[in-house]
Amino acid sequence: MIFQPAIIALLLASGLGLAMLLAAAPFAVQVIRHWDIQSGAERQLQLERRTYLFSTLLTFVLALQGMALLLFVFNADRMAVLFVGAMCAVGTLSVNPYGFPALLLQMAVFFLAAIWLVINHVDTRAPDYPLVRIKYGLLLALLPVLAASFLVQLQYFLGLKANVITSCCGSLFSESSQALSGDLAALPPALAMLGFYGVLGAAVAVAGYHAWTHRGGFKNHAGPPQVLLGPLGGQGRTAAFSGGGYLVALTSGGALVAALTGILSFVSLYIYEHPHHHCPFCILKPEYDYQGYWLYIPLFVATAAGLAVGALQFFRRVPSLATVVPATTARLAGIAAAGYLMFTAIATLMMLRSNLILFG
Amino acid sequence: MNIWIEQQRALIDFTLASLARRKARNLGLLAVYTLLVFVLASVALFSHALRHEATRVLADAPEIVLQRLVAGRHDLIPPGYLEKIGNIRGVQKMEGRLWGYYYDPVIKANYTFMVPSAGGVERGTIVIGAALERVRGLALETGISFRAYSGKLYSFVVADILPHDSELVSADLVLMHEDDFRTFFEFPAGHYTDIALAVANPQEVRNIAAKLAAALPDSRPILREEMLRTYASIFAWREGIVLAILSGAILAFAILAWDKAAGLSAEEKREIGILKAIGWETGDVIRMKIWEGVLISLTAFLVGYVAAYLHVFRGGGVLFEPVLKGWAVLYPRFQLAPEIDGLAVATLFFFTVVPYTAAVLVPIWRAATTDPDAVMR
Repeated sequence: MIFQPAIIALLLASGLGLAMLLAAAPFAVQVIRHWDIQSGAERQLQLERRTYLFSTLLTFVLALQGMALLLFVFNADRMAVLFVGAMCAVGTLSVNPYGFPALLLQMAVFFLAAIWLVINHVDTRAPDYPLVRIKYGLLLALLPVLAASFLVQLQYFLGLKANVITSCCGSLFSESSQALSGDLAALPPALAMLGFYGVLGAAVAVAGYHAWTHRGGFKNHAGPPQVLLGPLGGQGRTAAFSGGGYLVALTSGGALVAALTGILSFVSLYIYEHPHHHCPFCILKPEYDYQGYWLYIPLFVATAAGLAVGALQFFRRVPSLATVVPATTARLAGIAAAGYLMFTAIATLMMLRSNLILFG
Repeated sequence: MNIWIEQQRALIDFTLASLARRKARNLGLLAVYTLLVFVLASVALFSHALRHEATRVLADAPEIVLQRLVAGRHDLIPPGYLEKIGNIRGVQKMEGRLWGYYYDPVIKANYTFMVPSAGGVERGTIVIGAALERVRGLALETGISFRAYSGKLYSFVVADILPHDSELVSADLVLMHEDDFRTFFEFPAGHYTDIALAVANPQEVRNIAAKLAAALPDSRPILREEMLRTYASIFAWREGIVLAILSGAILAFAILAWDKAAGLSAEEKREIGILKAIGWETGDVIRMKIWEGVLISLTAFLVGYVAAYLHVFRGGGVLFEPVLKGWAVLYPRFQLAPEIDGLAVATLFFFTVVPYTAAVLVPIWRAATTDPDAVMR
């Protein structure tokens, strides 16, 4: 099975990423040990020069991981025809025990990579590179995750045997399944819907509030836009609710869970127009016009942005980042709010257009 | 945001002008890049179109075909088997089929003789496939004789020729009346070649196959989904093999890209030096160089892909036909339906743009970090 073009491409992407990260690791250690922005020594100049190389390299590698996640899911769905019993990506992923771990690791790499890229972006905007040590420390922490992702993916693809009879999404996501997936599928739709709209609404509100109050790089306590206040505007810049950033991250994490639960328990039913088909992967199929991508892409982008807002909160007290962090978190929170809003709107639209009547 | 867009626009503008100043050099790289995309895209488009064609053809095939085995070899279905299967719930239609192979020593090829289940062929006449028409030079209302395996000679009149669009499955086909078929092959009465079953619900197919195997232990059910699966994996495997062979070319291309990006001319170095002296930062130079890579990649990808599309769907994919299609005396002539597959485009992107970008990153950085005084001195 290893000779499937998409599999070769995926292994190429994750192998290349791992190789580049490994190449960057010794440099990361050097930076952590010897970085001193005050020094004019030869070594410091060398290090400063090299940060350009490695930050470009890693931007490339980590952006590639995002695309690889998409390709991985797309390919898993496409390969379902090759396995007995598989109807969609679920069948392909359960051909051997490495399938779902490979997907989860790829997702973890995606979120961690997004957070790292945001920290890198903020760091390069400050003149004294205040986060350089933290950044490369995090990079070393990212290395094992990427290595695990590559190895699990390799194991998974090497272990794809066409003669294995795999299971269909119908059994994994049925209401009678004993696994977590089954419990989520069996959730009463009215309750799930309440949670879905409640949590997503909260996420949009919190992220939107954060984006509004932090726009322009200052913490503007909620109030009329600055233009109206004129010269008095400065007085509005008092310390806003400082835990706001963490709250954005928290609600984003919650929104991801609520959104996936919602898809499992009722959104999928409306898309398939079938009261018992709960699969979150079949919606990615061409038979359903790839509708799933409309849901998952905004959801994942919004969650990555929301989590990054939380990660940046750790650095908001760094003097040289005093304006950069709020400006960036405001923009990220804006992206998160827009993403969740889009996700909710699309999901609602899908339910309204559906012919399934779940209530009444 | 607007400032950012303006900045990028200015960078692109500058990059384009700088690319145009070194036309010969960049065109060389662009040509090789385009060629690589063209070759890989041709393979991907061709095998996807073949896979698509196979799926389309099999869409009308019966869900289950039941063959009888004797000592592990395919044998005729004796009388009474259809009754033995009886009524299985979920089976919409069940019929015995009559078909066989005939070796024609004239063109040294096998024909498939078949009795259409719907009938419609008169006694003494045949309906032939388009490839057969071509190879044997037959026309409507002309006669043709076949020497049967018994040694006797039988003559038939060509009543019709099957349409060209079905040639992929009907190239070597000869349709005839049931009585003609039975006399020609001296086929025992009441026997059939195999049994075809139509099943409405795709999820029932496996259960029905299990019931068939239980009712008739000496038979083998062949499922349509199995055939589809086999075709899908064969074409994907062939495509993968071609890609693996071409990986040498991808590597060579990456080396070329590295080399081109690393070998900065003195003039180019001076240019970067001047840019830095007038206030460009290292980051700006890197950004400019990345735009250069993006522009070259996009152009090569688009031109290469369009050329591959024309090659496969207008030119018949002459370059890769032998590897991906296979070969036979009575080979069907067929036009592939144009089909673009998102997965294939994404895969192609990973095979071309990613190695290119990976190869030029280090040289770009080297160029961007040159000290202005070192190059201008």
